[in-house]
Order: sequence, then C-alpha cells, then structure tokens
Amino acid sequence: MDTSAIMGALWIIISGILVFFMQAGFTLVEVGFTRSKNAGNIIMKNLMDLIVGSIGFWAIGYTVMYGDSIGGFIGTPSLFYNEGADMFNLFFQTVFAATAATIVSGAVAGRTKFTTYIIFSFIVTVVIYPIAGHWQWQGDGWLTKMGFIDFAGSAIVHSVGGWAALIGAMMVGPRIGKYKDGVSQAIPGHNIVYGALGVMILWLGWFGFNGGSQLAFGSEEDVIAVGNILINTNLAAACGAAAALFYTWLRYGQPDISMTLNGALAGLVTITAGCANVSAGSAAIMGLIGGVLVVIAITFIDEKLKIDDPVGAVSVHGVCGTLGTILVGVFSPDGDFVVQLIGALAYAVWALATATIVFFILKKTIGLRVSEKEEIEGLDKAEHGIGVYNE
Amino acid sequence: MKKIEAIIRKSKFSEVKEALHEVGVNFFSYWDVTGLGNEKVGKVYRGVSFSTNDIQRRQLSIIVNDDFEKITIDTLLKTASTGEVGDGKVFVSDVTETYRIRTGEKGADTLK
Amino acid sequence: MKMKKIEAIIRKSKFSEVKEELHNVGINFFSYWDVTALGNEKVGKVYRGVSFSTADIQRRYLSIIVNDDFEEIAIAAILKSGATGEVGDGKIFVYEVKETYRIRTGEIGSETLR
Repeated sequence: MDTSAIMGALWIIISGILVFFMQAGFTLVEVGFTRSKNAGNIIMKNLMDLIVGSIGFWAIGYTVMYGDSIGGFIGTPSLFYNEGADMFNLFFQTVFAATAATIVSGAVAGRTKFTTYIIFSFIVTVVIYPIAGHWQWQGDGWLTKMGFIDFAGSAIVHSVGGWAALIGAMMVGPRIGKYKDGVSQAIPGHNIVYGALGVMILWLGWFGFNGGSQLAFGSEEDVIAVGNILINTNLAAACGAAAALFYTWLRYGQPDISMTLNGALAGLVTITAGCANVSAGSAAIMGLIGGVLVVIAITFIDEKLKIDDPVGAVSVHGVCGTLGTILVGVFSPDGDFVVQLIGALAYAVWALATATIVFFILKKTIGLRVSEKEEIEGLDKAEHGIGVYNE
Repeated sequence: MKKIEAIIRKSKFSEVKEALHEVGVNFFSYWDVTGLGNEKVGKVYRGVSFSTNDIQRRQLSIIVNDDFEKITIDTLLKTASTGEVGDGKVFVSDVTETYRIRTGEKGADTLK
Repeated sequence: MKMKKIEAIIRKSKFSEVKEELHNVGINFFSYWDVTALGNEKVGKVYRGVSFSTADIQRRYLSIIVNDDFEEIAIAAILKSGATGEVGDGKIFVYEVKETYRIRTGEIGSETLR
C-alpha cells in the first residue's frame, strides 16, 4: 500500500470512529425528547441498533451492499466477512449501517415492542440498507450508472431511515393521549438538555460522516475536498439551526429550543448528499431551506397527518434527506435535476415499500405495540424490570 | 371546610382530574410520593430479583367547603379505583381556617 | 398550649422572601416541597408548535407547625411576603395538631416546638 493509500485508510478509520460516536448522539436526542418512564427502553433500542448492526453487517450485510453486483440491484452476499485488507472499510460501513437503522427508533418510541424493534432493525441492517447502498456506492449499481450523486447518504442513509420511520410511526399508531378528539396534545420531552447534547454530538460525528466519505486523504486534492466538505457541513448545520430558530420565533413568538435543535440536524441531513459538490454559499442556502422545511414538516405530520413522531425523525431524515438529494440537482454543476429526482424517489419508494411489508408481517405475527397498561406504566418497568432513574 | 387527601395510582391521575373537574372541583395541589402499602412490585436489577412495596403514587390535597365533601369523595372513590390491591386511600381532616394570600381574605368564601 | 399546622401553597418565586420574613418573626422550622397546583391561574405554553394552556402550575408547599401563640404571626408573615396581587398567589390552610413528638428524645408537647 503506498503512502497516500495508507493516509486515506487512516482518514476513513478516524471518520468511522467519529460516526460511531453518533450513536451516543442519537441515544441522547431520543431519550431527551421522550418521557422518563421509557428512557431505559430507548437506550436498549439504540444499543440493539449497534449490536444488530455490528453483527449483522459483518455477518452478511456488507457483502449484500458491496459484493459483486447482480443486475446493478444487489451485491453477491457471502457470510462472515473476512478480507483482512479490507476490514477498515467494513468498519466505516458498519457505523453507517448502524446510523440508518437507528433513525426509526425515535419515531416509534414509547409504545413499540422491544422484540419487534430488534427484528426490524436487523432487517434494515442486512437487507433494506445494504441494497439501497449498493445502487449507488458499490460502483456497478444502477443509480451510479445514471450519474446520481449522493456523496454521504442523504438519500441512502437518511431518507431510507426517515421514510421507514414514517411507516413505523403510522402502523404502530400514536402514543396514548397524543390526540384528543383529533387535536394534537403536547407531550414534552423530559430532558431537552440531553437532546441538545445529543445534537451537538451528532454535529460532531457528521464531520466524520461527510468528511470520511471522501474515502481518501493522500493528495492536495483530498485536503481541499475534505476542507470544503467540512465547511459545507458546518455551514448547513448552522444555517439549518438559524432558520428553524427564526422561523419558530416568527411563527410562535419565541425561538423554540427543540425545533432549533431539529433545525441543525435538518441542515446536516440536507447537505449530506451534495457536501462535496456545492459551494459554501450553496451549502448555507441548502441548510436554510432544510431548517425551515423541517419545522413545517414536523407540524404538518403531527397536526394534519396526525402521525405521532416524538423526535421529528420523519421530518429531519425523510423529508430533508429527500430534499437534500434533489437540491444537488439545483445547486451543483455536476448534478442533474431529473436524475437526482429519480434517485430520491427510488429510495423513498424502496424504504416505504420494504418497511410496509416488514411492519405488516410483524403486526400480524408478534404485534407492534405494547399493551395499554404497559404503555401507561412505562416501557422500562414493563420490558426491562426496572426504571433507569433510581434514587 | 375539609381537607381531602387522596393517595392514588399515578396511572389513574388524569381520569381522576377530569372527573373532579366535571363535578366542579377544579382547585387542588398534587405531588408525587412513594407509598408503602399492601401492594408489592417485583423488580430485577443485575440478576437480583427483589420485590418492594415502595411504589410511586400521586398525592392530591383538595380543600373544599363542607357542601363539596361528599361529592369529592364519591368522585375519587369511583374514578381512582381499579379493584386491585394498591388503589390507595382517602383521608379527611377538619380545616380550622383558610386564607387567600393575594387579598388576605379568610373563610369559606375563599374556596368558591 | 395547643398547636397548629399552617400549610401554605405559594409561588416558587416568592419562596426566599417568605422564608426570610418567617425567619424575621422568629419562625425557623418548617418543611417544604414542590407541588403542582390547579387553581385560577392558567399558563400558556408551546411545545413543537402545539399551543396549550394549563392550570397545572408549579408551586411550593410549606408545612409549618407552631404553638398557638405563633399562629397569627406566621399567617401575617406569609400573607405579607407571599402576595403579589396577581391571581395565583396561593392559599393558607390551618389545622389543629393533636400531638407533637421530638424523635431524638421522645418528648411530647408544645415545648418541643420552642
């Protein structure tokens, strides 16, 4: 391996470590935005995404994604990946897969059966996500051939997770007491401080998520490219947060903390597809659009569609993931609007269809929801034997 | 005037609150307490099973004029009960005097 | 001498004033904890776009046991320092106490409240 390849591998490894830490970010956001009686259950669901992702992706998911292409649709799977020279790539891809899986847990928090969730998470990691990734990142995928651009995964990771989350939240149904006579009731998160810490950790991890997707660090070109990626990432986050802050200030009279936090994430998700292909100014604008759209989407989904998504996962990841993918066709000279649209739609349809099938089967077999009594008492006591805030 | 203290299941609180509202009882305080009673709850922590009768309850403190005493108690007994051990208790005490802090007024009128 | 329990539900923001005023008139012993009180005051909130108003408001609950000779002093102190003039200032309730014990020594009676 020559020096430039070695340095590239080092960059990938470091980025992978940063992306791993995003799991802590997701956990904090979800725990903070939901009720204390379910905190332990949220922790467990997030842990399961790590566990199932790590094991499942190594066992088979990675080759489904990166194996020799079958028709540009899926890779040739093989079991228990063991190519020593490539393990650092497996490492990087594993933490991406874990990110895709964990998006769903926030949307279904507080009323979903633990066993159901584990199974769904496993299927995301070994089927839904790897196939999605294959279409664009393996090299012979059908979207790659069309010239589709999704540098770090606005569509592949985030929109897939986000649209699956929509199906999950719809089919599981709203938390008890969320809608009274059709009117949405506020169920405030029990610790928005955790939520803020979580968002900051995610913001940090995203530098690895987007920066690492350069997959190289051996030349001056790479330095320039990664520098631009990081600035675009940071600007989009800042602008997304600013947009959400001012928009909620205008609309509700005061800047809303949890929405501003969602705005930062919206900016990050939006820029993920085009972070290497747009100018800093474009990144800022894309972030602003994401930050406004996420607030609109959150309230639309909650109040008009009456779908209970406690953390805004569908809006942050689904809506903004799709938005960011399409915007590459607007703001990047390398992007083709029609191709971006096709890719964005393909991923949305893939996620919606597969999630519907899986959740439907789970609903008919083991059920999706805990009992009413368990939900009221809190999932911690019902599913894990004890709460997490003990004296 | 009477003080009606009720120790109820947390899960019953919103029903009780709504039922009290329906019979015209809108003012009271509440806080969470740990109640030791007949009910036991089993828990597991790091492999150790244990059961405890320290259970999270909600305590309501409702001050009413004598003419509201019966209806308040009836409402509580009706809505807070599940039939299982651990439903809680209602305690009634005499109140010697009541003052409204904003104005300094005292007596039964401050409870209207 | 007889003894009284004085329960006051006051604004949290008024607590340190009330505590100081009680201290000024010689009342230094009582318990307090936070409660949620439903009353005449309503507070409007917004969470993620959903506006709601609630009469469930955070208050502080004081429980002061005094001998009869301190009853009026305590009530006057609380009325003076706990009031803002706005709806939602709270209430004071007075009860008779049948007996008081000091746990350390087992003593009974109004001497234990000195």
